[in-house]
Amino acid sequence: MDLIADHISHRFDTLDVLDDVSFTVRAGEVVAIVGPSGCGKSTLLSILGGLLRPTGGAAKLRGAPPKDSLNPLTFVFQDFALLPWCTVEENVAFPLQHTALDVAERRAVVEDALRRTGLSDFRGTYPKQLSGGMRQRVGIARALAVKPAILLMDEPLSALDSQTRELLMEDFVRLLADGAMGAVYVTHNLEEAVRLADRILVLSRRPGRIRKVVQVAMTRSERGDRNVREKLLALQEELWSLIREEAIDAEREVQHA
Amino acid sequence: MPSARSSMLDRAPSETPSDMDAKPRPVEFRGAGFMPSTGRASGWIALALVIALWQLAGSAGWVNPLFLPPPSAIAVATYKLAMSGALWQHLGWSVMRIGVGWLLGTVAGVIVGFAIGLSTLARGVGITFISALFPIPKIALLPLLILWLGIGEEPKIATIALGVFFSTAISVYSGVDAVPRNLIRMAQSFNVPFHAIVRRVIWPGALPSILAGFRITASVALLLVVSAEMIGAQYGIGAFVLQAGNLMQTDQLLAGVVILSLFGLAVGKLINLLEARLLHWR
Repeated sequence: MDLIADHISHRFDTLDVLDDVSFTVRAGEVVAIVGPSGCGKSTLLSILGGLLRPTGGAAKLRGAPPKDSLNPLTFVFQDFALLPWCTVEENVAFPLQHTALDVAERRAVVEDALRRTGLSDFRGTYPKQLSGGMRQRVGIARALAVKPAILLMDEPLSALDSQTRELLMEDFVRLLADGAMGAVYVTHNLEEAVRLADRILVLSRRPGRIRKVVQVAMTRSERGDRNVREKLLALQEELWSLIREEAIDAEREVQHA
Repeated sequence: MPSARSSMLDRAPSETPSDMDAKPRPVEFRGAGFMPSTGRASGWIALALVIALWQLAGSAGWVNPLFLPPPSAIAVATYKLAMSGALWQHLGWSVMRIGVGWLLGTVAGVIVGFAIGLSTLARGVGITFISALFPIPKIALLPLLILWLGIGEEPKIATIALGVFFSTAISVYSGVDAVPRNLIRMAQSFNVPFHAIVRRVIWPGALPSILAGFRITASVALLLVVSAEMIGAQYGIGAFVLQAGNLMQTDQLLAGVVILSLFGLAVGKLINLLEARLLHWR
């Protein structure tokens, strides 16, 4: 199943946020969206996931989702969005309650998702008892439980410290390795983008337009190799040179709200 | 004197003599205070002291027992009331009025509060009416309610229900408003149906505010039951306190006040229990 951004534009009242953004995420592909802050990255993701209606253009799907997918487009949120009154297990099971799965199937799916994210021993704990990294693992387990075709990840690591970020990035590489899931990965962290994405879309400052599309011509497993680190750094430099000027402008902008 | 490990990042060596020879002194602690802890013992001791002083003032004849009977006299009066059965009769009527009135007001308040929290139309209409009617002291409506509903229990219960209703509705819709939007969007992103979002996200999310509202409405109900009973009732703690006052039976009057205070405390404890049970995840 492909996800298509078809000439998407968006404005909040008088503020133009996105301007004619078009691209396609093919099945199993990981597309990162980077750009200066306030360029509409998260807005674009909300539109792609059907949580926000664009003022122009549309988000479209092409082809059938995988048969067992319960929620083809599934979000992983920056702030984890866990229900604080539910345990880890209940949080992961939350999206399954209203599906056609029976109790035994549901339990098996939750079990599998907990195992894949290393949460099996934490099933009975509440979110407030967990570290940020473990909370985001719960968010990921919940997403995996519905067998998404495309993960929509909204800065999933930006609320975490750098060590936790590193560990979770390794998890992402592992989860995306078999190409069964595609992802749209919104981030302001260029290192994450070059480590995970097959393709990186660089958005301009508001109103966000696609400024450049950078192809990362390496498999994700190759990127863990020491020898290619320099290539990745060079790519990161290239991306930063594209964004830097606008990032400075964005930072100095005064909000007129 | 420059240290042997000086690097180019160090400052230029100062002219002043080295502090190496001076005696080290501890860094002064300045982080004290601003953290009152809840010591229980001090509270109980203070309470006991005040009661003892009160007793002493009565026994020593410093105050006229007609105006302020000593604690022992109040205890005796309470005991006698309990033994004669009068206490239970009065308390029973008050509890019935509070119970029915509170329940009616709460059920209506929760329904209206949720409607205001979830629907644009209900919000527009509801907030207008609540803003207009909430400030009215509900006891002022009792005479009108008596005209409408007769002189039985109904107007008293209706007064309590009205008082409870507005506070509940406000605390419920503020609670619904306070449910983090990201949780609702999360549920929507998983195609969770509307009724399930209300039941499994909004209701538990609003519960802290709803229970805090219960605390307020319980005291509103107590206030209104006493006032209503003072205006027109034969039985009930409010009526009893008023009668005792009219007859200058201050020990009985204060016994009634003590009962009210105990009742309020008991309700507070009950809500604490409810919170501990329902909000253990906080």
